[in-house]
Amino acid sequence: MQGHNCRHLLGELSEYIDGTLEARLCAEIERHLADCENCRVVVDTLNKTVYLYHATAAQDEVPEGVRQRLFKRLDLENLPEE
Amino acid sequence: MVEVKKSEVFSLEALRAGDRAEFARLVGANYQLIFRLAFRMLGDQQDAEDVLQETFIKAFRHLKDFDGRSSPSTWLYRIATNEALMLLRKQKPGLVSVDEPNQNDEAEQEPLQIVDWCCMPEQELMSTEARAHLEQAIDRLLLYLRLVFLLRDIQGLSTKETGEVLDLSEMAVKTRLSRARLRLREELSGYFGERMADLKG
Repeated sequence: MQGHNCRHLLGELSEYIDGTLEARLCAEIERHLADCENCRVVVDTLNKTVYLYHATAAQDEVPEGVRQRLFKRLDLENLPEE
Repeated sequence: MVEVKKSEVFSLEALRAGDRAEFARLVGANYQLIFRLAFRMLGDQQDAEDVLQETFIKAFRHLKDFDGRSSPSTWLYRIATNEALMLLRKQKPGLVSVDEPNQNDEAEQEPLQIVDWCCMPEQELMSTEARAHLEQAIDRLLLYLRLVFLLRDIQGLSTKETGEVLDLSEMAVKTRLSRARLRLREELSGYFGERMADLKG
């Protein structure tokens, strides 16, 4: 990540890994990645970073009793919910 | 990412008319999402539970003002985010700002850590210790970046929905998400780079 192109493309990488970047910029990034090992590492580790956070988010749990206390506070205990 | 029940459809008419059974359905479908966001923002279960309860009390009180332009969950996220920010401001007066700082050093994080740790075994990447580092890295983000990251990458909201919750343009959401992700990549590269060296050594 030292050259002019590396810095120039940095702000686009987040959208690139989401697959939402416009085609022209995607092509530009891919041309650059073919020649720049450092940027390939940055893109791969950025991708993995986002993947890891998605994976941990899926494991977030709501403690027992939270729902029951909420429904009680809202006076919704005896109402059908589904 | 957190599973969002996009298919959940509620009767706006019933909600606005104060139908408690319909409100119970709305609460049941959304309370987990709201609790998780509040917990990630506040880092304390009791605080998160207080925000959760306040969010739905306020929502019920203001149901007639809900115009249905955004989805009910986006609307609830908006109330919850404001509640959590109010609590944070009470706890740390003067320290809680969701605005972007003016200094240039808040621009794109230039990648300094160039280590390819992608191929580390999954059990290393998802170990208890690694997960604690992932959490700490989020906590170190400035609030204006952390909020966008939590809504987009942890809660799984779209760019548009995140903008609606935080009153930001889609462009601002994308820029902040990019900055947050690059900072987190840098933090994780430092940590996993060392772990990789330890494993080899």
